[in-house]
Amino acid sequence: MSERVGTQGLLFNEPLLWERGSRGRSGMSLPRADVEPAPVDEDLVGNGPDIPDLSEPEVVRHYTRLSQWNFGIDSNMYPLGSCTMKYNPKTNEKQAARPGFAGAHPLLPSELSQGALQLMAELEQYLAEITGLDAATLQPAAGAQGELTGMLIMHAWFKHHDDRRSKIIVPDTAHGTNPASAALCGYRAVPAASGPDGILETAVIDRLMDDETAGIMITNPNTLGFFEENIKAIAQIVHRHDGLVYCDGANMNALMGIVDLAAAGVDILHLNLHKTFSTPHGGGGPGSGPVLVRKKLEPFLPVPRVVPDGKGWRLSDDFPLSIGKIHAFQGNFGVMVKAYSYIRSMGADLKRASQLAVLNANYLKERLKGVLHLPYDRPCMHECVFTDALQQPYGITTLDMAKRLMDYGFHPPTVYFPLVVKDALMMEPTETESRDDIDRFVEALEAVAKEAVESPELLREAPHVCKTERLDETEAARNPRLTG
Amino acid sequence: MRYLPHTDDDISTMLRVTGADSINDFFAVVPEELRRPSGMALPDALTEWELNDLMAALSNADTGATDFLSFVGAGSYDHHIPETVPFLAGRSEFATSYTPYQPELSQGTLQAMYEYQTLLARLTGMEIANASMYDGASALAEAILMALRITKKNTVALSTAVHPFYRQVVRTYVEPTGCSVLELPVLESGRTDLLTLASSADSAVAALQSPNFFGCMEDLPTAARIMHDQGGLLAASFTEPVAFGLYRPPGDDGADVACGEGQSLGIPRSFGGPGVGIFCTRSRYVRSMPGRLVGKTRDQSGKRGFVLTLATREQHIRRERATSNICTNSSLCALSSAVYLASLGGSGLRRLARLNYDKTEYLKRNLSEAGWTMPFTSPTFNEFVARIPGDAEEAHRGLREKGILAGVPLGRWYPDLRDCLLLCVTETATREDMDRLVSEVRS
Repeated sequence: MSERVGTQGLLFNEPLLWERGSRGRSGMSLPRADVEPAPVDEDLVGNGPDIPDLSEPEVVRHYTRLSQWNFGIDSNMYPLGSCTMKYNPKTNEKQAARPGFAGAHPLLPSELSQGALQLMAELEQYLAEITGLDAATLQPAAGAQGELTGMLIMHAWFKHHDDRRSKIIVPDTAHGTNPASAALCGYRAVPAASGPDGILETAVIDRLMDDETAGIMITNPNTLGFFEENIKAIAQIVHRHDGLVYCDGANMNALMGIVDLAAAGVDILHLNLHKTFSTPHGGGGPGSGPVLVRKKLEPFLPVPRVVPDGKGWRLSDDFPLSIGKIHAFQGNFGVMVKAYSYIRSMGADLKRASQLAVLNANYLKERLKGVLHLPYDRPCMHECVFTDALQQPYGITTLDMAKRLMDYGFHPPTVYFPLVVKDALMMEPTETESRDDIDRFVEALEAVAKEAVESPELLREAPHVCKTERLDETEAARNPRLTG
Repeated sequence: MRYLPHTDDDISTMLRVTGADSINDFFAVVPEELRRPSGMALPDALTEWELNDLMAALSNADTGATDFLSFVGAGSYDHHIPETVPFLAGRSEFATSYTPYQPELSQGTLQAMYEYQTLLARLTGMEIANASMYDGASALAEAILMALRITKKNTVALSTAVHPFYRQVVRTYVEPTGCSVLELPVLESGRTDLLTLASSADSAVAALQSPNFFGCMEDLPTAARIMHDQGGLLAASFTEPVAFGLYRPPGDDGADVACGEGQSLGIPRSFGGPGVGIFCTRSRYVRSMPGRLVGKTRDQSGKRGFVLTLATREQHIRRERATSNICTNSSLCALSSAVYLASLGGSGLRRLARLNYDKTEYLKRNLSEAGWTMPFTSPTFNEFVARIPGDAEEAHRGLREKGILAGVPLGRWYPDLRDCLLLCVTETATREDMDRLVSEVRS
């Protein structure tokens, strides 16, 4: 085995913010008072919040030390399945921070914000081109909000056609947020089981789809990493009942330049700019979840929309069938700038990114076969799913292996998801991992699998070199302490 | 392409391991009629240096961001941001990490979010806060959905002094629930008409904003009393949390939810996003509240640590039974706002808020002397409505030609106020800046 990448470094202990500081310190320079103090209504005045006073060096040390307790993509491979943890290009950060973008007020008159509007209009066009659909909104602030937007569009479509529907089909291989998004629109999620190959069978949908059902929420490629081969036939069934096909495009990283989702029968699709289009996840946001639709659904997209105006662009609210607004302003523009920069930097290489993402996943799957149990042995798209079945006889679980991987310097895969596979480890290497890094990850898992047999306590007590040992999540939920 | 590490050798070695002849073999499962017949019609790839030129040109076309003296607020504010904020939040251990599902590798994000929750609860005077939401508008919409769930009532009272865009978002979110929305009018003081609220009875929630869209501080204690008598909740929204450095926060005035936008706290305007949705409430609603929560716990050796908690409220566990689909927050922006608050400190926030207030009062006073009138009488923070002699749109255009963005004309949302502008002053406006506006108004 090559040298283990995980090692021990000097990590600092760091107290909570309010355990530091001293009243009267200041870490921010304030403008001088160049006007006279004005009288204030004393009935409204408060005491001021109890926030600690720190100097600038204290603030910098505090957050620098915290950051060192974190693991990012820049640290090492981060193979979280369905999360598409690809490299986040540094130039994208610079572009979003340009004063003309970062300093733009959302209510600027359109003639004074032509750059931002043009960028949004072009990004919409590129996303439409990449997916094959006709029109886009960039307003949703995250994938789940994109799903909700998609469901609201569906809801508005049926309401407009005076067609009340109460249910929606959600396969067991769909993303976890799908049923909740549907529920917010008053739809009851009807689960559809995937077949023995891990994909949906046409007959199952044929049995479930009826005139009371709004349509289907399908994740393609699904959370097992398989392409839903029957999507077109399924879409035809749904359309025969005048339903709509919603596709969760969180896994679009497998399909760019290869699959035309309009040809597959998809009516509504959401993308995650923070997955496929390389914008950083930020430890849980901010994201951006654009929604794309077919022409007939375009009138229902959220407002404002960017529309052509003479030689330039403007924002328009003039879409009477629109579902309304789902973000205070135009969405997470700062994230859009990064995705736009990525698309302009990649061009036609986006297709190559998808091809290499799929190659990496298949290579990883092949290398790990036998080390871990592979429940579905067939070619995958961008991710592959294993289980702990080979380790269970030694009393070792998916969680134990995940924690032990940390000691080897890798972020664990997604664990215990998808639910359709018991004790799953779901791995998505993405295209930005080199063969060498995947090989090191495989070596690490081989070593962990060996330890599972020879010294299982090492796994059960893992991790050993992180800032903390295994944390008590049950206690946290039983007695929630959310503020200090 | 520099982001793609594969050499031809790598690819052939990897293909050999998988037993495939070419990468296309992996896509054999894609039916022919679903494949793209030709390439994507996208512009050619740019080098890093070409991208710089393109983006410089595009961003320079946003002349309103850089070349104008601006008094525009209306939910997005220009405050000084110390360099430490983007520097620290930009550390890639924070920026390039995922949602902290594996707490042992995410203690940085988790402690920072626990601190954020604490700082925001203290700032708003509430007991608990979540780890942030998408933005202020969706935070208010989620507060209303929460109140509908808790009270099992079916009416929402929404002040028309709530940001018009927030009201639109609320309507979008509640539309499928079938609940009715009662809009509360605004009095001549610039405050919400609470008599209408009192006589309406039986609302699940009253949603007010304070400081409201016109900059006026609402009478939250009275609103809270009315709602609690009815068995409903008070949701106090805000777009300018710096106000709580000076004025009493909503928690001290009896609000059940304090929610709003935290962009003011160290986050650039970025054409409207990303910002951070702040959501704070009472401990008794902890199991009904939406959004991610970080809780304190211990590791096996008894050492303090932090984890995501109460996830049973969330969709990936409950799936079909889940009531919230939130699975993201605005973590990096929440981190920025925590770094900002840590830099400012309680003392600094007090001084900053006072400076904002004094400057706003200075501009109000001087514009009054120059002939504009202030139609609303209630105390304000940072923003105020000015009635101008003549057409507001026209005056706004005229000042724009002089290089000044004189707030936003209100007629678009409030026909009665079509001769009014909503103006904003923060600490970034100097006395000279304000004098320039006043002297243009005089001429």
